[in-house]
Amino acid sequence: MTSFLKTAMQNKMFLVGSLIFLTVVIAAVFAAKIAPFPYDQINVLNALKPPGEGYLLGTDQYGRDIFSRLVFGSQIAIRIGVMVVAIEVTLGVALGLMAGYYGGRVDTFLSFMTDVTWALPPIVLSLAIVTALGPSLNNVVISTAIISWPGIARMVRAKTQSIKNMSYVEAARALGESDLSIMYRYILPNTLGIVIVLTTLSLPGAILSTTGLSFLGLGSQSPDPDWGVILSEGMNYIGVAPWMSIFPGIALVWTAMGFNLMGEGLRDILDPRLRT
Amino acid sequence: MSRSAEPLLSVKSLFVDYVTSHGRVRAVRDVSFEVNRGEVFALVGESGCGKSTTALALMRLVPQPGHVSAGHIMFQGTNLTELSERQITLVRGKQIGMIFQNPLIALNPVYSSGWQVEEAVLLDNVSRQEAWRRAFDIMGSVKIPDREERMQSYPHELSGGMRQRVMIGMMISRAPELLIADEPTTSLDVTIQAQILDLLMDLKARNNMSLLIITHDFGIVADIADRVGVMYAGSLVEQADVFSIFESPRHPYTRLLMRALPTGTKTEGRLETIKGSVPSLTEVPAGCSFNPRCPLAQDICIQERPPEREVAPGHSVRCHFSAE
Repeated sequence: MTSFLKTAMQNKMFLVGSLIFLTVVIAAVFAAKIAPFPYDQINVLNALKPPGEGYLLGTDQYGRDIFSRLVFGSQIAIRIGVMVVAIEVTLGVALGLMAGYYGGRVDTFLSFMTDVTWALPPIVLSLAIVTALGPSLNNVVISTAIISWPGIARMVRAKTQSIKNMSYVEAARALGESDLSIMYRYILPNTLGIVIVLTTLSLPGAILSTTGLSFLGLGSQSPDPDWGVILSEGMNYIGVAPWMSIFPGIALVWTAMGFNLMGEGLRDILDPRLRT
Repeated sequence: MSRSAEPLLSVKSLFVDYVTSHGRVRAVRDVSFEVNRGEVFALVGESGCGKSTTALALMRLVPQPGHVSAGHIMFQGTNLTELSERQITLVRGKQIGMIFQNPLIALNPVYSSGWQVEEAVLLDNVSRQEAWRRAFDIMGSVKIPDREERMQSYPHELSGGMRQRVMIGMMISRAPELLIADEPTTSLDVTIQAQILDLLMDLKARNNMSLLIITHDFGIVADIADRVGVMYAGSLVEQADVFSIFESPRHPYTRLLMRALPTGTKTEGRLETIKGSVPSLTEVPAGCSFNPRCPLAQDICIQERPPEREVAPGHSVRCHFSAE
């Protein structure tokens, strides 16, 4: 563990990424303390104020403080991201393990499913799913998870295939371990490295797609301070109040970049161990 | 046959085939042998002769695309080939244990060695504390020094000999009646080899186990085996007690093997070898599979596969000229 921390500290990407990640987490956790205004406090007299003048990042068409809305929005972003990734990773790992371990028909079927999912443009597929289920944040989460599990399933499947031929898995079988227990106790722990990396790397994607769907009006609804919603509202005033769309955009890029850097860094840190 | 008690394990006419894109490969061909209680039976042969496959077949662990295509494996009155997948998992580890060739990769890298022995014990549905206590005892019986500390160690922190001890510990943890050891000492150096063999013999005596040892090392055979089966290209060509094998081998292959053994006293001359090489299992010659390399080969050896003949009590040979 200490050696892990030491290598982690030497990895610039991981370091910078986790610092960025930390700012987002702090914003989300202490939103009520950090934000100077409630996210839905309307003040029509101060509508469309530019940054400065008592409002750090300006106000929107109802005079709501953009900064406060963004800070509260980070809660939504993280909550949604974590929910999507949790579903996606659970599905992907379970199905990938099964496909890799059992092979044969199970594998053919699951690989077919992933191929089909990959063959469709993701945004169109999730649009279709949300439209079918009805626009709501939960449905956005479900649709985003459905379109993104195959990537994880593929990686876990490949890793499982290489691990299941290892001597220690054969030894486990000779000991009388059941298939389920071999998958859970022998194969899964040995795939954890890539699962951790994949999880970190898929978080920004999850946040971006859910925000995208909210931007299109299928996810969070106004007055929720979802970054996608703020962005889409800002689009109507982009000529007169560009700060309304610029700052949520920056918040998104900041978060996504942080997670990506952290994930890439993590991959570099864990990689030499994975190869052994 | 003058054996009083029923054998612990009795393999009858076992065939194992691998179905590949090049056709059917017969890795084990009509192999029959018995292992009695408390006995050490050694399967000897060159690489690729089917000895490991035979062992895996006993555990029903022959890897895809292989399968047992014919034969019975009777273990304590049960035919293992007929058990369901569920039932065979109850036999594995509990009644038949198996030690693998390479201890360096036979332990799970992500768990401590103590955890792995505990995990094996837990298969018997005991409590965690009880499992730890038993694992601790087992670590003692496989003679691991500083048990308490070593149980916390991960496989990569242990030496090869230590890892093999942990592996043996796992496999004897549920007191199986038969322990299969597939080249248990191949990747270890000679002094460690001797220690591991001593340990196996010690455990065998203490737990009243039978041991099926698979090896290509006649030194090990002479050292610990009671009876020996010699395999060549998937067939069991000769089996006898260890003295008969060394004193009066009957199959030409066994004889040539014995002559090819380096002896400690001879210092001059070349080591004898057997001409030719082991046939690939896809092209095993017709008749007796040893005929192309056999000094005694006649026409009949090419035409007909010799039957297994008993030439002396407990000594059977698969050769047309076994009487000579």
